[in-house]
Amino acid sequence: MNIVVLVKQVPDSGAERNLRSDDSTVDRGSASNVINEMDEYAIEEALRIREAHGGEVTVLSMGPAGAAESIRKALSMGPDGAVHVVDDALHGSCAVATSKVLAAALRTLSPDLVLCGAESTDGRVQVVPHMLAERLGVAALTGARKLTVDGGTLTVERQTEEGYEVVTAPAPAVVSVWDTINEPRYPSFKGIMAAKKKPLRTLALADLGIPADEVGLAGATSAVVEHSQRPPRSGGQKITDGGDGGVRLVEFLAAEKFV
Amino acid sequence: MDFRLTEEQRALRDSVREFALEQVAPVIGEYYERHAFPYEIVRQMGKMGLFGLPLPEEYGGMGGDYFALCLALEELARVDSSVAITLEAAISLGAMPIYRFGTPEQRETWLPRLTAGEALAGFGLTEPGFGSDAGGTATRAVLDGDEWVVNGSKAFITNSGTDLTALVTVTAVTGVNPDGSKEISAIIVPSGTPGFTVQPGYSKVGWCASDTHELTFDDCRVPAANLLGERGRGFAQFLRTLDEGRVAIAALSVGLAQGCVDESVKYAGQRRAFGRPIGDFQAIQFKIADMETRAYTARLAYYDAAARLVAGEPFKRQAAIAKLYASEAAVTNAREAAQVHGGYGFMNEFPVGRFYRDAKILEIGEGTSEIQRMIISRDLGL
Ligand SMILES: Cc1cc2nc3c(=O)[nH]c(=O)nc-3n(C[C@H](O)[C@H](O)[C@H](O)COP(=O)(O)OP(=O)(O)OC[C@H]3O[C@@H](n4cnc5c(N)ncnc54)[C@H](O)[C@@H]3O)c2cc1C
Repeated sequence: MNIVVLVKQVPDSGAERNLRSDDSTVDRGSASNVINEMDEYAIEEALRIREAHGGEVTVLSMGPAGAAESIRKALSMGPDGAVHVVDDALHGSCAVATSKVLAAALRTLSPDLVLCGAESTDGRVQVVPHMLAERLGVAALTGARKLTVDGGTLTVERQTEEGYEVVTAPAPAVVSVWDTINEPRYPSFKGIMAAKKKPLRTLALADLGIPADEVGLAGATSAVVEHSQRPPRSGGQKITDGGDGGVRLVEFLAAEKFV
Repeated sequence: MDFRLTEEQRALRDSVREFALEQVAPVIGEYYERHAFPYEIVRQMGKMGLFGLPLPEEYGGMGGDYFALCLALEELARVDSSVAITLEAAISLGAMPIYRFGTPEQRETWLPRLTAGEALAGFGLTEPGFGSDAGGTATRAVLDGDEWVVNGSKAFITNSGTDLTALVTVTAVTGVNPDGSKEISAIIVPSGTPGFTVQPGYSKVGWCASDTHELTFDDCRVPAANLLGERGRGFAQFLRTLDEGRVAIAALSVGLAQGCVDESVKYAGQRRAFGRPIGDFQAIQFKIADMETRAYTARLAYYDAAARLVAGEPFKRQAAIAKLYASEAAVTNAREAAQVHGGYGFMNEFPVGRFYRDAKILEIGEGTSEIQRMIISRDLGL
């Protein structure tokens, strides 16, 4: 199976993150950047499918030059090669433009399966997998907590707030995954050394035949008009047990969809 | 002249650091409290290839070097020493002697499982009556036909009694040298060999999630082919093993010393006294600055020793200096970190409580500080 995994470099969600004051885009320059957490699960799933069914795993990433570091890290987990779409004109691309660029790159790779994380921790719009499937004219199996490959048929358990749905589609398809799907491996030293020698191809917009004004801030279909700091954490809600403490706790947990 | 790490060395260090923070830190306190061996963590480290880090790929290793191992040990010990010593002993004392001195058959038999972390090997040198003076070995092995018959006991042997332990290499007296001294050889004793008994685990002050036992050998018979290396070369072999091990213990010590800095910086920013964070007090700031200085210098010392080792240059003195300085830095930093934490530093639930208990053994194991000073002064011609 020819699998392409989408990998995005994002600011570490465990550290301080900001938007840029000049154009309200994610501040990637001063952040400590890492592989989008959910994408590591997608990589792991791709590697497991390769181990079980054979084939090839290619990492595809769109991002600034600095994203190469995350691509190397992704390769050290085990994929065979990577494609990096990098172009100054891409800065500030909205989800629609991003899906246009990724779809164009995917067409050059003709995958049987596109795996990606269900969301990125910077944008969190969760629409890119659907947009990609639409552009490629294939099924979107999103939010998977389990994926089974049986010949040319893909079956996922699609995680929902209440439980899960079983959905199937023929390959090729786009499958996005949540962190419930597996436990990603840590790169081994052999993997780290091997990653150095794996092919990493870079593509510019011109290589994909996409005019620069259709992407980036110039071609954005949506714009962040304004942004402000998150308000300081409020004091929370204190429940004094007057006999109904337990019930009120459960009500709170249910309202927040924890149970 | 450059002590900066390569991109790959940094990637390895980061990968192990991530593993230690995500998989070890949240659960290790509980293993420690129960004096339980962390099988699940060992399994994961095996999957990551850590047990084969400095060994060649033909035996299932990662094809890295001893420097890579030291980097991994430092990052593990920065979070927990029991896990770090389990890896250190498994490689330096367990697999390395078999790789270095073993026959092709012995390597084939044992190394693939050892490098995968599916099996562990112990190294039995110390005895109840002989530690620093290991040449005093009282354990004997007599060749009877095509079998060695081993009698005696070994003390404080790491990784010797886990469910994964496949063998222990023991040093034993096998005869008398022409000059009248003891002829010492190393013999592989597989776990479960009749006459080989693993005594119950010790009640230890620290390293509580690491496996340590006294071993007894009572007419224990193993094939003659289990001789490791040359007959009569056992002493020289383990001296080489210990020289390498010292660099690894230095790395482990630096990890603990650095972990003390990490925890102290964090705590100094959170804990308040007299209306402000204790990190505002210069007394606390300087303590932590001194801790960082010790960890940093100790790291340079082990980097240099490890670089010489990897380059095939003499490194005995540098290994002793690194081990001596780093272990003492670890003990000092652990004491100071506990002080920064006040009463909470005396509680097991805080990592620094564990660091305090784990630090002392670093000045004792794989050659005491006194022995390191002897090695250094001898090397200076004294
Ligand atoms: C948790 C743990 C794990 C261990 N794991 C292993 C293992 O896997 N394999 C193994 O073989 N051993 C292992 N050891 C043993 C360890 O290496 C020894 O404890 C150590 O070498 C010291 O030996 P000893 O305990 O006999 O102390 P001794 O040699 O009795 O030393 C007592 C004191 O006398 C000092 N001293 C001794 N000789 C001199 C001298 N000539 N000049 C000045 N001072 C001197 C020492 O420095 C020390 O301060 C382990 C020990 C522990 C506690």
